[in-house]
Amino acid sequence: MSSSKKIRVLVAKPGLDGHDRGAKVVARALRDAGMEVIYTGLRQTPEMIVRAALDEGAHVIGLSILSGAHNALFPRVMELLKKEGADDILVVGGGIIPEDDIPTLKKAGIAEVFGPGTPLEEIVEYIRKNAKV
Amino acid sequence: MGQEDKISKAKERWEKETVERTTSRYPERKTQFETISGLPIDRLYTPANTKGIDYLRDLGFPGEFPFTRGVQPTGYRGRFWTMRQYSGFATAKESNERFHFLLDQGQTGLSVAFDLPTQIGYDSDHPLAQGEVGRVGVAIDSLADMEVLFSGIPLDKVSTSMTINAPAAVLLAMYVAVAEKQGVSMEKLRGTIQNDILKEYVARGTYIFPPRPSMRLITDVFSFCSAHMPLWNTISISGYHIREAGSTAVQEVAFTLADGIAYVEAALAVGLDVDQFASRLSFFFGSHSDFLEEISKFRAARRLWARIMRERFRAKKDSSCRLRFHTQTAGCTLTAQQPDNNVVRVTLQALQAVLGGTQSLHTNSRDEALSLPTQESVQIALRTQQIIAYESGVGDTVDPLAGSYYIETLTNEIETRAAEYITKINEMGGAPAAIESGFIQREIHNAAYEFQKQVDDGTRTVVGVNRFAVDEEQHFDYLKVRPEVEKEQVARLTKMKAERDDALVTSALAEVRAAAEGTDNLMPPLLKAVKAYATLGEICDVLRDVFGEYKAADM
Amino acid sequence: MSVDELVNGVLGRKRRFLARLISLIENEDAVAVDALSRLYKHTGKAHVVGVTGPPGSGKSSLVTKITAEFRKRDKTIGIIAVDPSSPFTGGALLGDRIRMQEHSLDDEVYVRSMGTRGHLGGLARATSDAVRAIDAYGKDIIFVETVGAGQSEVEVVDVAHTIIVTDVPGSGDDIQAIKAGIMEIADIFVVNKSDLPGAEKKVTEINAMLDIDTRERTWRPPVMLTNSRTGDGIPELADMIVRHRDHLVESGEMEERGFQRSRDELEDIMRFKLTQELCQKLQGRPEYENAIKRIAGRKEDPYTVAERLIAEFLFKESR
Repeated sequence: MSSSKKIRVLVAKPGLDGHDRGAKVVARALRDAGMEVIYTGLRQTPEMIVRAALDEGAHVIGLSILSGAHNALFPRVMELLKKEGADDILVVGGGIIPEDDIPTLKKAGIAEVFGPGTPLEEIVEYIRKNAKV
Repeated sequence: MGQEDKISKAKERWEKETVERTTSRYPERKTQFETISGLPIDRLYTPANTKGIDYLRDLGFPGEFPFTRGVQPTGYRGRFWTMRQYSGFATAKESNERFHFLLDQGQTGLSVAFDLPTQIGYDSDHPLAQGEVGRVGVAIDSLADMEVLFSGIPLDKVSTSMTINAPAAVLLAMYVAVAEKQGVSMEKLRGTIQNDILKEYVARGTYIFPPRPSMRLITDVFSFCSAHMPLWNTISISGYHIREAGSTAVQEVAFTLADGIAYVEAALAVGLDVDQFASRLSFFFGSHSDFLEEISKFRAARRLWARIMRERFRAKKDSSCRLRFHTQTAGCTLTAQQPDNNVVRVTLQALQAVLGGTQSLHTNSRDEALSLPTQESVQIALRTQQIIAYESGVGDTVDPLAGSYYIETLTNEIETRAAEYITKINEMGGAPAAIESGFIQREIHNAAYEFQKQVDDGTRTVVGVNRFAVDEEQHFDYLKVRPEVEKEQVARLTKMKAERDDALVTSALAEVRAAAEGTDNLMPPLLKAVKAYATLGEICDVLRDVFGEYKAADM
Repeated sequence: MSVDELVNGVLGRKRRFLARLISLIENEDAVAVDALSRLYKHTGKAHVVGVTGPPGSGKSSLVTKITAEFRKRDKTIGIIAVDPSSPFTGGALLGDRIRMQEHSLDDEVYVRSMGTRGHLGGLARATSDAVRAIDAYGKDIIFVETVGAGQSEVEVVDVAHTIIVTDVPGSGDDIQAIKAGIMEIADIFVVNKSDLPGAEKKVTEINAMLDIDTRERTWRPPVMLTNSRTGDGIPELADMIVRHRDHLVESGEMEERGFQRSRDELEDIMRFKLTQELCQKLQGRPEYENAIKRIAGRKEDPYTVAERLIAEFLFKESR
């Protein structure tokens, strides 16, 4: 990759969940790995997330959620992205997402879900390999 | 040469000869040992380390200033800590069932978990509530739900802790209203509301209003309760969430006590006398992985707070200097991998809290990293406490680890370092200013990042995750909140709104608005509004309108 | 995406095309240059306002509040927020957008975060082209928030018509935000967080510095007090921004600067292309590598070699 091309990642907290330790740690790791990271902050609706991702030219969206509301919120994000024709954005999830829910999320278009205990390097490598820049 | 100096010299000899002989063949596991918070750990501690300690000044006796050895003279010989499992999910009815189960199983106090819309003052039919209703706690939209939640539970006999912050005053009003219907007057009620907004801005995220009006709500509760609810803990100044967000033990103590200082100052600023409200302040800490550091942390916190209350705020009553606390075992240390291991972690962490003298305790369930606890898992968690209480004997004497050279050294160390932080925060203008500038958030985040790096590079072992991991096929049964909950709750809400007296609600809300715009205590109009079955969302919307909404912006 | 699609999309005010164009600009994609070239005649309408100042002076919240004020006046807004890229990892935490939440779903506000990507001067290299893209898109006002005030971070001058320099009341020894270079470029000084102690003092200090500045000016920068939390002083600041633009137009400075800017830009681009061209021609040539060896061995001097290489490779046809 030429030095002028950077992977741009939007790290978002959808819904009302206020636990941002993980999102912030991941954001920082991605920055340390040479990516440009935009952290949205808390209480993002799917609309706000998609608007931010598109305006910022994000290649990747990371959705972090621990409240159990992922089944409602993640597919909505994917729906809106599809409507905007932004299917080439890599969308990954993290937080507390039960294994049983993952197949449905993947079917909706979430590329990968990184559960508790995932090493940061794994997330970095996955994004490096799969982001379409 | 004094005794301690003789010992120091002897220790040097021991290290040069005996230890050296061993380490030259068998080096120690690490070149440097540190607590989880980065405090250095020596190979051995002796009376030389605790030379400067004046027993009567620094340790004293349980139940007396500076409370290092505990806040109750008889410790657990009088009464065990309250076994209080945080619970709540889905609807009031299902949560009520879980409450009854826990009480039947020997739990001695209730602890209510509310869902996120409730915590943030939104009704279950609010657009932002979509997908969130009943997920992390019980959905409470109005007094009607509260009545179901406590159905069959005698509020004069059971103490209840409610983990609610921004709208705490409203939930307290609902609780009082439920008790009233049971024929229990408010001055008999025992319990706690968390009501700690400062840590929300920094670590937990369920804020609604900006800091100033939030403090006003908090001091209104202080005033009201000091006059009408003498047995109620008006606040649970929390370090748990700060720790969960990644801080060290020292930071946990420092930032919590700094928040406490801010609340005391706020109360003084509205004209309360410190001895009027301070004895009803309570605290909430986590119990993390480093066994000995955690025990020392609790003792350090007690002594530091006592000294702050006496020296800085000139509290006259000893009870105003007492740091009473609830503990929760550290959720962030529990793993999704090999969940049964978590039972072991929680056991150690619970034991730490008991050896540290906690007043009440919540033990996490093994499925913490997966979902809310199943009935089976929460039973094990409760049994963990009961086994410690009834079988281990650690509660049969007070503060048994006092006098340990290491524990006392560590207690001193934590107190000193926490005090340094507090001084720094004072110089910034106090916790609110430190939060506004992002100082506290940055410290927490840096500690969290460091910790993660250590786990990722293997310096710090997490059993089952970066060491001793297995390929896991095991399917674990975990609690799933029924997806119909949201619909049912919204239906119930709609029905309730249709059946209530709207005129009464409107006038009650107008009174809330008037009080919010002025300086009258908000509790009386809130009581009126909840009794009229105004919803939580309706009440909070009025407050949002008057107080504004907090906009977070830090990184 | 083809150049046509991009150009039509931007002119047709379709957000995703603007976002895409800026991404291409940042990636130094050739398509971007083509698109900008065709969009050029549609630029020159927006009022570009630079906002610079030390970290902690509340630049982002100020921009957010002024945006809200201009939105009340029915203006459409573009915001470029620049944050420093790490010189070691090349990555960046772009943390200004988070402060602009209140505009997150306003269709008439476009926010883009950029990392400096190693570029010095307070902006990203791609910033001026990104401004141009947003200008062509049709935004009335474009705010460019720079990294922070250091002596060298005055690049915003090249990009903005009006420059706001922010500061906060300080305890004296710390925030020496107003260093020489920054002082000179300000069109408006804003002392933000006006509720903090020392606000008036700061205003006095700045005015005093302006008093001793003996350069000739047609516009003396006003020193304004704002509180981006409460909104105090914001409408007045918005008025002043408009007033400055009017002044630029009336005094002829707008036109003058426009000429200078066009000259600078043309020469910049030519310089870049010439160097690029020459380097391409010399790349890998044995004559080039040998010349360098001789210079290092003191057998030839660089001045003579340069003249010869330019004469030989730049002005001759490439083989």
